[in-house]
Amino acid sequence: MTTSSLPPTARLALHGIRKVYPGVVANDGIDLAVAPGEIHAVLGENGAGKSTLMKIIYGVTRPSAGEIRWEGQAVTVRDPAHARELGIGMVFQHFSLFETLTVAENVALALPGRPELRELSRRIEEVSARYGLPVDPRRTVHALSVGERQRVEIVRCLLQQPRLLIMDEPTSVLTPQAVEKLFETLRRLAAEGCSILYISHKLDEIRALCHSATVLRGGRVSGHCRPAEETPASMARMMIGKDLPHCEHGPAQGGGEIRLRLAGLSHASDDPYGVDLRDLHLEVRAGEIVGIAGVSGNGQQELLRAISGEERLAEKHPVQICGAEAGRLSAGARRRLGLCFVPEERLGRGAVPALPLVDNGLLTAARGQGLVRAGFLARGKARAFAERCIATFDVRGGGADAAAQSLSGGNLQKFIMGREILQAPKLLVAAQPTWGVDVGAAAFIRQAIIDLRNRGCAVLVISEELDELFEICDRIAVIAQGRLSPPRDIGEASMEEIGLWMSGLWPGAGTSAPNTAGEAAHA
Amino acid sequence: MLRLEARPQASRLMTWLSPLLAAVLTLAAGGVLFALLGKDPAEGLRLFLIAPLKDLYGLSELLLKATPLMLCATGLAIGFRANIWNIGAEGQFMLGAVGATGIALWAGESESALVLPGMLLGGALAGAAWAAIPAWLKTRFNANEILVSLMLVYVAQLLVSWLVFGPWKDPQGFNFPQTVMFADAALLPVLVDGTRLHLGLLFALAALVAAYVFMYRSHAGFRMRVAGEAPDAARYAGFSARRTIWTGLLCGGAAAGLAGMAEVAGPMGQLTDKLSLGYGFAAIIVAFVGRLHPLGIFLASLLMALLYIGGEQVQQYMNLPNSIALVFQGLLLFFLLGADVFIRYRLRFGSEAAGA
Repeated sequence: MTTSSLPPTARLALHGIRKVYPGVVANDGIDLAVAPGEIHAVLGENGAGKSTLMKIIYGVTRPSAGEIRWEGQAVTVRDPAHARELGIGMVFQHFSLFETLTVAENVALALPGRPELRELSRRIEEVSARYGLPVDPRRTVHALSVGERQRVEIVRCLLQQPRLLIMDEPTSVLTPQAVEKLFETLRRLAAEGCSILYISHKLDEIRALCHSATVLRGGRVSGHCRPAEETPASMARMMIGKDLPHCEHGPAQGGGEIRLRLAGLSHASDDPYGVDLRDLHLEVRAGEIVGIAGVSGNGQQELLRAISGEERLAEKHPVQICGAEAGRLSAGARRRLGLCFVPEERLGRGAVPALPLVDNGLLTAARGQGLVRAGFLARGKARAFAERCIATFDVRGGGADAAAQSLSGGNLQKFIMGREILQAPKLLVAAQPTWGVDVGAAAFIRQAIIDLRNRGCAVLVISEELDELFEICDRIAVIAQGRLSPPRDIGEASMEEIGLWMSGLWPGAGTSAPNTAGEAAHA
Repeated sequence: MLRLEARPQASRLMTWLSPLLAAVLTLAAGGVLFALLGKDPAEGLRLFLIAPLKDLYGLSELLLKATPLMLCATGLAIGFRANIWNIGAEGQFMLGAVGATGIALWAGESESALVLPGMLLGGALAGAAWAAIPAWLKTRFNANEILVSLMLVYVAQLLVSWLVFGPWKDPQGFNFPQTVMFADAALLPVLVDGTRLHLGLLFALAALVAAYVFMYRSHAGFRMRVAGEAPDAARYAGFSARRTIWTGLLCGGAAAGLAGMAEVAGPMGQLTDKLSLGYGFAAIIVAFVGRLHPLGIFLASLLMALLYIGGEQVQQYMNLPNSIALVFQGLLLFFLLGADVFIRYRLRFGSEAAGA
C-alpha cells in the first residue's frame, strides 16, 4: 500500500516512517493510514516497533525519516502538547497519575491553563456518564483500582475532544468483563467519528474490536488485513512469520506430597500504596501446576515476596516449604529447602544487567550446583552450567560471556527459567513467566514448565494472562484485594467465572472492600 | 551542533581511558592555574610532576606516600563496589594509628619480635572497630553510613589530640603534642637503605592482591558485587544485606587502620596530632580514579602521591601555598566525574535526525 492509493480523507497517514536508535532500527519504512471513525489495530510482537511508532505519532520522539500527514497536511509533531493541540490523545500502558492527588486534580494537570476544579469535576462526570466510564472526580488516585485508573486516563484524553485516540495495550490490566465494557466505549467513540489506533498482541481482541489492522514484524509492515475476515492463526502467521506453537500438556499426576502450603498468610505491606495480604490459604502438591490469576496490583508482588523470602514474615507457620515452616527464613535458606523462583522483573532482580551470563548463573545456582568450592568461585564449573543453560533452553545472543542486559527480554527470560529449572527444584514459583516474551519463546517456556511438572515438581504460576493460565495449569485460584479465592480444577473453571472472581466476587468472599464492589458493579 | 548520545552499551575502553583523560585535563588546568598565579606554567609543572621523580630517593618518597593511599583505597573499594559509602577512612586511619601506638607504648623498650605483629593487629582491629560503629548503626537503625563515618573522622581527630596533649604526651617532649619515639622493635624495617621506604609498602601490595582475589575469585566478593550492581537481585538471590554492610565497612576500616599503623611505625616513629595529611579522604579519589580495581588503585595511588609531593615542591621552590596539592586533587576528581559521562554517552555532531 502506498500513500498515493490512500483516500484523501485519511485522518492520519504515515509514509515511509523510519526510526533508528543507536544500534537498532526500530521502524523501517512504515506506511499506515487511519480513516475518521476507524478502529485500526497495530499488531505485533514485543520489539516489533509498535511503541516506537506510537511515540512518533504522539510527538514523544521524532522519526529519522518519513512523513506524517494529519488530515491531509504534512506536520512535524514537536512534542505531546503539540500532538494534543492537533487532536491526538494517547492512553499509555503505564499510567501517569499522581497517587496522592484526586482524579480532578490529575486531570487538571494535563489540561492547558488553570481549569477551575468544580467546573472540571462537572465536565468529568458528564464525559464519564456519556461514555460509560464511571469515575468519581473527588476520589484520590491511590484508592482506585487499575481499571478505574485507566478510565481516568481515558476521560482525561476525551476532555480534549481528540480526533485520534491511541490506546497502548489497554487490556493487560483489565478483567474480561472490564475489557468488554472498554470495547463498548471505544465503539461509541468511533461511531462519533473519532479514529482509534489500538495496539495489542491479543488476536481475539483485535478480531472482536477492530475494523482493520496493520501488522508489524521486526520494525517493518508485514501485512494489512481486515481482522473480522481472518482467523487468529492467519494473523499470528503474519505477526510471527510461522504457525502458533502449542504445548503438550497431558493430565496431572495428582496425589503428590504438599510442597507449598500457605496457612493463613497475612502480611501488612510496608508501602502505603501496597496491598495487605489477608488470610491466604493454598496448597501446591508435587506434580501439579497451580495458577493464580488476578489483575495486577492486587497483592501478587506482596505474595511473591512473602513466598520467596525477600520479605520475611513475623511468624513461621504461614508459609511452609517442603514441610518446613519457612515464614521467618531468609531467601537463601528457602532456596536450600528446594524452592526456585522466577521473578517478574528480569533485569535488576532476576539477573544483574551488567554481569555476563556466567555470573548470572552463579547468582542463584552457586551452592546447589557446586559452583563454589571453599568459598571460592569454581569458574570452569560456572561456565559449564551457564553453557548448559544456554544450550538446553535455546538462549540466543552472545553466549556465556554476553552481559544480561544485551539479551532480548525473551532470551533473558529463557536463561533465568533455565537457571532455575536446571537446579531441579522441588517447588518452582514463577511470576509472569512469559510477560513481554515473543510467541515462540512463550510456548517454549510454557512447555518447560509443564515438563518440570511431569518430572514431579510442584509449580506455582502467578500471571495476569488468563489464556496462559488456562493453557498450563491444573488448578487455578484468583487473587483480588489481597485475598485468595479457593482453587478450582481447570476442567471445571470457565474464563467468565474466573474473570468475575478477579473482581473479588467468589462464593464465600464475604466482606469485600467498597472498591471491589464498585469495580464489579460496572464490570 | 554538539550533543550527547547514549551509547547502546557502556564503553569498556572509556572506563579506563576516562582516568587518563582526567589526569591530562588536570595537568592542563594546573598549568593555567600556575599562569594565573604569575608563575611559569612549564616550570611549575616540571617541579610538580618531574622533579620529584628524578632520583632513587624521590621515587622512594613517592612509594612511601602511595602506601597509605593504596591501603585505604583498597579497603574502601571493596565497600564502594557494594554501594557501601564509607567516607570515614580518615578516622579509621587515625584509630589504627592510635591502636598501634597503644601497643607500642605498652611494650615500651621490649625487644620482642611480637611487638610489630601486635601493633599490626592492634591497628587493623582499631580501624575496623571504628568502622563497626557506622556498620552497626546502619544495620540496626538504618542510619546513613556516609554521615556517621564522616562525623566519626572528627571524633577520631579529637581523640588523637586528647591522647597526645594528655595521657600519652612525651614527658621530655618540651610540651609538643606527641608521644615518645617508639623503640626499634616497634618500627617497621626500612626496605632500601638511605630512604624512608618501609615494609608497609609490602602490606599495601599484599592488600591489593588479596583484594583482587576477594573481589573476583571469592563467592563473598561476588555477592558484594551483585549487591552493588543490582540490590534487588542480591535480595532475590538471598544474599544477606547485613553481611554486605558489615564486610564492606570492616574491610575498609581494617585496611585504613593498617595504613595508620604503618604511618606511626614507619616514617613518623611516634603519634602526633599532625598524623594524617588527609590520606583517608584522598583515598576516596584514588579508589574512583582507579575504577575500584586493584590494579587501577595501584596506579592512581602513585599519581595521587605525586600530587602530594609535587605540592610540597612548589611550596618550597615557588613560594605557593601547600593547599595547591588539594586543588590538584579536587581538579582530578572533578575532571574524572566529567569524563565518566563518556562511558555511557558519546559526542555527536549535528541534529538528532541527521545523526541517525
